[in-house]
Amino acid sequence: MADPTQSRTTSNSSKTAIWNDPTFRSIAYQVIAVAFLVWFFYFIFDNTLTNRAKSGVTTGFGFLDETAGFGILMSLIDYNETNTYGRTFLVGLMNTLLVSVMGIIAATIIGFILGVARLSHNWLVSKLATVYVETLRNIPLLLQIIFWYKILREYLPGPRQSIHLVQDSVLLNGRGLYLPQPVPESGFGIVIAAFVIAVVVSVAIVRWAHKRQEATGQQFPSFLVSFGLIVFAPLLVFYAAGAPMSFSYPALKGFNVQNGLRLLPELTALWWALTMYTAAFIAEIVRAGIQGVSHGQSEAAHALGLRNGPTLRLVVIPQAMRIIIPPLTSQYLNLAKNSSLATAIGYPDLVSVFMGTTLNQTGQAVEIVAMTMAVYLSMSLSISAFMNWFNTKMALVER
Amino acid sequence: MSDFKALPDLAPPASTTGFVGWLRTNLFSSPLNSVVTLIVLYVMYLTFVPMFDWAIFSAVFSTDNNAVCKDEAVGACWAFIGDRLNLFTYGSYPAEQIWRLNICFALLTLSFGPQFFEAFPYKRSLGIFSLTVFPVVSFILIKGGMMGLEEVPTDRWGGLALTLIIAYVGIVAALPVGIVLALGRRSHMPVIRTFCIVFIELWRGVPLISVLFMSSVMLPLFMPEGTNFDKLLRALIGITMFQSAYMAEVIRGGLQAIPRGQYEAAKALGLSYWKSMRLIIMPQALKLVIPGIVNTFIALFKDTTLVLIIGLLDILATVEAQIQDPSWGKVNVEGHIFVAFCFWVFCFGMSRYSQKLERKLHTGHKR
Repeated sequence: MADPTQSRTTSNSSKTAIWNDPTFRSIAYQVIAVAFLVWFFYFIFDNTLTNRAKSGVTTGFGFLDETAGFGILMSLIDYNETNTYGRTFLVGLMNTLLVSVMGIIAATIIGFILGVARLSHNWLVSKLATVYVETLRNIPLLLQIIFWYKILREYLPGPRQSIHLVQDSVLLNGRGLYLPQPVPESGFGIVIAAFVIAVVVSVAIVRWAHKRQEATGQQFPSFLVSFGLIVFAPLLVFYAAGAPMSFSYPALKGFNVQNGLRLLPELTALWWALTMYTAAFIAEIVRAGIQGVSHGQSEAAHALGLRNGPTLRLVVIPQAMRIIIPPLTSQYLNLAKNSSLATAIGYPDLVSVFMGTTLNQTGQAVEIVAMTMAVYLSMSLSISAFMNWFNTKMALVER
Repeated sequence: MSDFKALPDLAPPASTTGFVGWLRTNLFSSPLNSVVTLIVLYVMYLTFVPMFDWAIFSAVFSTDNNAVCKDEAVGACWAFIGDRLNLFTYGSYPAEQIWRLNICFALLTLSFGPQFFEAFPYKRSLGIFSLTVFPVVSFILIKGGMMGLEEVPTDRWGGLALTLIIAYVGIVAALPVGIVLALGRRSHMPVIRTFCIVFIELWRGVPLISVLFMSSVMLPLFMPEGTNFDKLLRALIGITMFQSAYMAEVIRGGLQAIPRGQYEAAKALGLSYWKSMRLIIMPQALKLVIPGIVNTFIALFKDTTLVLIIGLLDILATVEAQIQDPSWGKVNVEGHIFVAFCFWVFCFGMSRYSQKLERKLHTGHKR
């Protein structure tokens, strides 16, 4: 680090005036800074207390135990009007996490496909992917969210004229997207157990194969074996146990669609917009990552006698992932933060429920804003901690 | 003895040149590729044909009679956009004062247009003008209340003009704050460094919408009684805080790229800290990070739409309000496409500009 204020006091500093002494200066600056900060925080703290006393708002987190008294459109945990404000915080948090996870999964899949498509040798495919990326990246996300929401609300038909997709198992209308809902029956636990066992066994096989290859050079098709194990073992058990799962299909009954898993139009629009927007950014990251692996690497792999498959799997992808993953995690973080735009269309996420309705009802601005910001802050700090860990783990080990 | 005479070159096979050759290498290079091409072409036929029909062939571009647009058979109703264009551009700014906004638009174009031309000689002074003189002049022109100009309260500001104002103030105010924060983050004084790190990471860790909420509900609480903050000013403070944290990180990247020898040489010349920063380090670092600054500006520009949530009438909010008008039928899609197009033109233009700069500044060292 190069910093010119860094002190190097000479022994005969008696000749220098004290205000020219770097050490003294540095301490003086910091004392002034601290004094200013203390004054500043005291100033706003004092004002806040005075303003609060005037408007009769009590300070503290006691409001979290009071009855909320408002309904929430959608909740993953049990919630009704008689629950507390603390509960509304949880409901909002869960909804934020739900849409973030859904968005991250979908955006990763679409983004990787688009990124590869941009590098396609097929001119049409690569140009279409480019047009997609350049269009979606340059339009504000909020606009996209509102646009899709309005489309879902205004242009889709009512329940009676629902659009039928995938042989009537998926229905789409102005009230939401209806998916078939899996209903596990008794004995489904065995299938889950089989899946867990298959995963554990696969991990063991991969380790063993790796060790054996290190020791003897013999290869073992561990990927195929573990893939087969994880996919087919649970399937086998599933049918052996007599297929203990049924689907509840959405169907029109009376004036509304009954059964099935209903995604609210708010959630569908938000999910869709977040996915499409973030996928455009992920596509660019993936493209840059693949292009970042120099051509010499694959040539060297070919020269060593590796065929196309192993070259891609053992040489190109590991190096591309090293470039891709850090910006990818920050895109995930952006997606989670962007999910707060849900407020604009009324999807009950953390900002909308807690920073919106709860804040308006209680007036506890400072506490609520601090809690909401703390949630996002801890999310982003933990993701960047992960990123740092990953970077050190994956960093090139050079001589 | 007969002289050696080369036979004339044969023409390359017809299937590898010209249009056919291009098709064969780019679209039909293998059976799989051919199948993909055909499928994509079919899907494009299914989607783009109705889209073009809606947007162009059966669209209404101008009309005296709104009712035409209510007809289901008619495509896009661009006449609606044309009818409200003034509102979308200037918001509810008083009609007889619009010339003031127009002057600002013209100044903006004049100060940034020449930056795109390689040969223009006064780029640097123009840049300084657009960061210092231009904001002041524009503020006086837009706000009024002095120099004989009639005052226009901020709640009359709106439309595209407001979007540009917010984005511009965001960038101009965030730049100096960002520079100070970036320097502070690299300082050797622990108190200053810690403060800067906390400040930067705090703002970067939270979504802009929560910052806007905070500035709109908490700023009035923080100030002594009777201080009355303008709604726009509150939003601007929030955006500036948020933006300066991102700016600081971009500038820090530039500072880190300056070799140590530059700092040492500046010290050896006897320059003080601020002098060495001003004369040696910053000119080099800022030049390096111009593309990064443009990229953060693009992000900020898109994010200005969020002010809609705290009730400011930027271009998106204005359009949202206008498309409710039932006399035009459903003009939802048209309105949104118009806003999307406005943003797209600005953002795409700026991103192209930043890519060009990146290539220009990337002298050597490229493997």
